[in-house]
Amino acid sequence: MEVSVGEIFRISGPLVVAEGLKARMYDLCKVGEEGLMGEVVGLAGEKVLIQVYEDTSGIRPGEKVVNTGMPLSVDLGPGLIGNIYDGVQRPLPRLKEISGDFISRGIEAPGIDKKKKWDFQPLIKKGDEVKAGQIIGKVQETDVVEHRILVPPNVKGGRVKEVYSGSFTVDETIAVLEDGTELKMAHKWPVRIPRPYIEKLPPVIPLLTGQRILDTFFPIAKGGTAAIPGPFGSGKTVTQHQLAKWSDASIVVYIGCGERGNEMTEVLEEFPELIDPRTGKPLMLRTVLVANTSNMPVAAREASVYTGITIAEYFRDMGYDVALQADSTSRWAEAMRELSGRLEEMPGEEGYPAYLASRLAEFYERAGRVKTLSGEIGSVSVVGAVSPPGGDFSEPVTQNTLRIVKAFWGLDAKLAGRRHFPAINWLISYSLYTNTLAEWYEKNVAADWNELITWAMGVLQEEATLQEIVMLVGSDALPESQRVLLLVARIIREFYLSQYAYHEVDSYCDIKKQYDMLKAIKTLNDWFYKALEAGKTYDEIERVEGLDEFMRSKLEKDYRSAMDKALEKIKKSLGV
Amino acid sequence: MEEYKTITQVAGPLIFVEKTKPVAYGELVNVVLPDGSTRKGQVLDTSKNMVVVQMFEGTRGIDKSCAVRFTGDIVKLNCSKDLLGRILSGSGEPIDGGPPIIPEERIPIIGSAINPYARKYPREFIQTGISAIDGMNTLVRGQKLPIFSGSGLPHNDIALQIARQAKVRGQAEEFAVVFAAMGITYEEAYQFMKEFERTGALERAVVFLNLAKDPAIERIITPRMALTAAEYLAYTYDYHVLVILTDMTNYCEALREISAAREEVPGRRGYPGYMYTDLATIYERAGRIRGRKGTITQFPILTMPADDITHPIPDLTGYITEGQIVLSRELHAKGIYPPINVLPSLSRLMKEGIGEGMTREDHKQWNDQMYAAYSEGVDLRGLVAIVGEEALSERDRLFLKFADEFERRFVNQGKYEDRDIEYTLDLGWELLAMLPERELTKIERKYIEKYHPNYRKKKSS
Repeated sequence: MEVSVGEIFRISGPLVVAEGLKARMYDLCKVGEEGLMGEVVGLAGEKVLIQVYEDTSGIRPGEKVVNTGMPLSVDLGPGLIGNIYDGVQRPLPRLKEISGDFISRGIEAPGIDKKKKWDFQPLIKKGDEVKAGQIIGKVQETDVVEHRILVPPNVKGGRVKEVYSGSFTVDETIAVLEDGTELKMAHKWPVRIPRPYIEKLPPVIPLLTGQRILDTFFPIAKGGTAAIPGPFGSGKTVTQHQLAKWSDASIVVYIGCGERGNEMTEVLEEFPELIDPRTGKPLMLRTVLVANTSNMPVAAREASVYTGITIAEYFRDMGYDVALQADSTSRWAEAMRELSGRLEEMPGEEGYPAYLASRLAEFYERAGRVKTLSGEIGSVSVVGAVSPPGGDFSEPVTQNTLRIVKAFWGLDAKLAGRRHFPAINWLISYSLYTNTLAEWYEKNVAADWNELITWAMGVLQEEATLQEIVMLVGSDALPESQRVLLLVARIIREFYLSQYAYHEVDSYCDIKKQYDMLKAIKTLNDWFYKALEAGKTYDEIERVEGLDEFMRSKLEKDYRSAMDKALEKIKKSLGV
Repeated sequence: MEEYKTITQVAGPLIFVEKTKPVAYGELVNVVLPDGSTRKGQVLDTSKNMVVVQMFEGTRGIDKSCAVRFTGDIVKLNCSKDLLGRILSGSGEPIDGGPPIIPEERIPIIGSAINPYARKYPREFIQTGISAIDGMNTLVRGQKLPIFSGSGLPHNDIALQIARQAKVRGQAEEFAVVFAAMGITYEEAYQFMKEFERTGALERAVVFLNLAKDPAIERIITPRMALTAAEYLAYTYDYHVLVILTDMTNYCEALREISAAREEVPGRRGYPGYMYTDLATIYERAGRIRGRKGTITQFPILTMPADDITHPIPDLTGYITEGQIVLSRELHAKGIYPPINVLPSLSRLMKEGIGEGMTREDHKQWNDQMYAAYSEGVDLRGLVAIVGEEALSERDRLFLKFADEFERRFVNQGKYEDRDIEYTLDLGWELLAMLPERELTKIERKYIEKYHPNYRKKKSS
């Protein structure tokens, strides 16, 4: 479709109505003399409704609107890694070069550097048959990421006529097909259209996060979906940051959607310093950031989750495991609500548009472990933070999210107030992946893994029941054996579930250490009951020597010997 | 300047004007009343056949014959270093009888978003001299930390105490204060002004006053005026600026009023669906920028309707700000000042601002332990109410005592008492020493041996 020009009829905040413009839904437009970016969101008679991604102050009716005839798309190619984008994939460092410390309007900046040259190594040769989505070459983008160059999924493919190797920019031709199609290292993809794959595969491998409560009790699979709802101050963002830091994914896409500016700055300052325990290289070398903070234009916030997940799918198509964090999906939903209100659409529950549920479902459905067009196996795992008003989980965004996601990590303000972090409430959280992943854990961690977990969860459940009685009669009134159970539960909570995100050692806990710790608690438990049978009183058990050392042993680099030493002491003084 | 006499409708604070030349979105409007006085407004919606204007000073006295002048300009503040020491109205006009402000620059009050890539993470510890803040919820330069209060609680005293005592240690420069009053009473404003005058702080303060008697809609621009002044002082003249915004609840009420007048679909409790975004454009104007010396630290104050922290105003604020200081009616009734309930309070930025070289090496773990012990003690109070103190174990009784002493000695302090951080930390250690040492599981051995009073005594004896 050719470029069409019309003029502004009306401006109401981020919504602009144009007339005399030829347009299709979701076409990208340049609005006003300054050329602000906008997207067509509605057609009404002769009028075209456009949501504008930038502030509209000072724009007047009568100014021109240009329809580019293209949908909102992202640039995909080498140069994505380590970058930080706004909601419509403009690189923030580039915006700073152009407009200084504050973001001004009407700036155009391509998503990837068009001038930088990359060393392209072809994996095909002249005469080969290539098909859509196939990997045809590679570029070492960072020390950690090998960027695999794909035939764009919307190119038919064919026989290779020419292929080059050497140093190229992303827009230079690296191969030519016999029908004359020129292939480049970069291509564009419309953000609202999921990238194709051959088939979805079952989620049977866990995405290990190094967070004990998640990996042990409420795991997420590679290609899975999870939601973290919680009131403010309960630790959504810290948990999301922990996942971005320690997930065993090859690529991490972090979307800061309508959240605080300083949180993105924290990632930007911290990630280049943090070392990935698996590669030994800075975490930034596998990370892409999308930052549309709460004070940046609301329409771009709406687009930011699509921008993020399209980038994630692109790396998935190279055969990588990608972890995507969206913080927060509630802000995204609110952006939808705001725009829907401006469009004067009939509101659904709490003013959210009626299509809230289907938009959320469409987004989470773009997660998955798949066989890619090139035959590789890749995955996108999605973890969305939810910020329910007043911490009330019955509100529409939380409820509609829970209907889709398979793992639910419910944050609890009470735990946060006690500074028990991560403040994930173990009684309300769940993961539907537990069963499908059981086999993997048994094979790769320990044969008694699942048994241990069932036992530990049982103790925590029992504790909750007993606590109700304690609230009525006091803990002294309980029989000794139940008091021991409460003690074991406390050890599970304080030693195992509580994990210090900012402690050098405790921040990341690999699965082997998780098993060792859990096993040690079970051993303690058995000793306690044995000692009780042998005539020790509860008070003697609670004050047993070495218990405080045991509780601190997880903070040691060599936790194993610290833990064993403490256990030895406890064993001796219990006399078991 | 073209003039139109084409007002077709007046609804609440809005006027609707027809048949105009193209008018810009956000344009500043002057309306001339029959008596010759003028009022200001701003364009909210503009199209080829109708312009909607929100009037900052209300629509009383406006009729269809009023002349509407579109200025071709958006709302701006006259910025100058001479703003310091001045008192302005809620829409930026001098009201202290002094000369008009000669602008060095006229800056749109709407402000642009700071590029997250240009931000610098706030890390410099501000000592407020208040133990419940410095020790438990540390403030850093460039943070936005609101006070969640209730009607009748001494939030103004706390804000004043902070403005008076706040300092970055080792640096002599004082904070410049930008004070924006939105819909507070004359008495409250008077208390602030008197205190500023008494301490000489007025010389380094800019005051914007929109009092309860002043037009409600003006409150929409007051905080933006204040922040524009703050940005100018911080980024042009390298000041460290402390911005006090009170009361944000009144701001939100004004927002709701306009939304209702525009017949927008309401969100929770009638507040507009975009209130989160709107508040963010105010709160996010705090921070530090790489390569610039000045900083903006924000102290918004809001009164929670019916002390309800889940009310949309504190709720949305808490989702944007970097923590909150929550005041408690119960502590206030016990006679404790400042009545800060540390359990729901939080400072998200403290982790980077405390520790060795900033406060003290033991601060982080000390903080975890203080929180854990106090919250356990508070939980036990519930139990005591049911079973009586006798039914508690000896251990539990110690925690109960800890919680009481924590409130009585640690939180409680004088309005003019300026405690340094060492004093605060040592006071905390004294309280922790009430508990058996094996209960201090959150603190590493080396710190216990260094700071625990028992060990210190041993050392000194």
